[in-house]
Amino acid sequence: MAKIVACVCTSHVPAIGAALDNGKTQEPYWQRVFGGYEKSKEWIEKVKPDVCIVVFNDHATAFSVDVVPTFALGCAAEYTPADEGWGPRPVPVVHGHPELAAHIAQSVILDEFDLTIVNKMDVDHGLTVPLSLMFGQPKEWPCQIIPLAVNVVLYPPPTGKRCYNLGKAIRKAVESYPEDLRVVIFGTGGMSHQISGPRAGLINSDFDKAFLDALATDPQKAVDIKHIEYMREAGAEGIEMVMWLVARGAMDEKVNEIYRFYTVPASNTAVGHLILENASA
Amino acid sequence: MEKPKKEYEDIPGTTVFDADQSRKGYGINMFCMSLLKAENRTAFKADEAGYLKAYNLTPEQTDAILKRDWNGMLALGGNIYFTSKLGATDGLSFQQVAAKMTGATQQEYADMMLAGGRSVEGNRSKSEWEHKNG
Repeated sequence: MAKIVACVCTSHVPAIGAALDNGKTQEPYWQRVFGGYEKSKEWIEKVKPDVCIVVFNDHATAFSVDVVPTFALGCAAEYTPADEGWGPRPVPVVHGHPELAAHIAQSVILDEFDLTIVNKMDVDHGLTVPLSLMFGQPKEWPCQIIPLAVNVVLYPPPTGKRCYNLGKAIRKAVESYPEDLRVVIFGTGGMSHQISGPRAGLINSDFDKAFLDALATDPQKAVDIKHIEYMREAGAEGIEMVMWLVARGAMDEKVNEIYRFYTVPASNTAVGHLILENASA
Repeated sequence: MEKPKKEYEDIPGTTVFDADQSRKGYGINMFCMSLLKAENRTAFKADEAGYLKAYNLTPEQTDAILKRDWNGMLALGGNIYFTSKLGATDGLSFQQVAAKMTGATQQEYADMMLAGGRSVEGNRSKSEWEHKNG
């Protein structure tokens, strides 16, 4: 039986990818960010997931304004790193797990979560930066990846509650897959940031830290946060944090906090990172 | 019946990209999307006004793009994840585009971020900005 063994939440700031790709990781500004992921890299090397489900958002890369799916599950065999305007990131092609993805799609849709199924999608920094933070710069990513793209670009994104419940449905789907697979689920994006308009640069560390606490000890508190509160308190783009709730929903209510990291800033954004394992495991 | 007011319109210095905005800014955003291809970036740089003709833009939208009026593009329906591709075409990072929208210099903006960013205090609602600006 496949099993979700942990959840990893992390920001996916594009400048982090650029710093890594351009060899700036040792500069003090970036050392402060990358240093926070050293323990995480050691941890995931021990956990050795077979598959990572990465909940992320596309930033007007695979999806234009022609079609904006709320939840889109990648069922392809591979995904090419996208050219987002600066040229593609020099990172390995992402290999999917089409069989497990198809199984998840079937299970959660019949569970009344109406996903869009994607058979071709270039993946942008939303997906590749978290992989780089957790796995460094390998020649090949060490596991298969199932991307789950959540719309957080065109308001309104799905609610926190919807995301959390989708996480529960994904867990049920994974646990009904017959092959023995170790699965880690990533929730990415956030934390507080606003990159648009005259209010750009907004950071709210109190909000972020309360959100991290809630995920670790009282997820319902985070689930109850309304969109207006994310946007007002954590910046227009801080609403990305709903994606962390998909990952959190796939875990037990009681979890052990394995690791936490928080720093301000990376470019325009507060960087938050949390690793949780089920208390029952 | 009058359309209900959107509660997020009260957030200062912020244009929320919703379905109304995305319809209005379809041309801006699809133009920006085209810049994901290197050959299109080259063609646009070679003849900006000519290139824009294919995108069914209003004169205001065309003007905002040509003048790199980043806030203007958002007001006219652009979204930052799209307009940042125009920034990328100009060689600008997300942070450099963000700085321009706040009216700060790149250095001032970078310093503000290093010092912990813009505080939420005084920046939650439009009434606070009106108060601030006297």
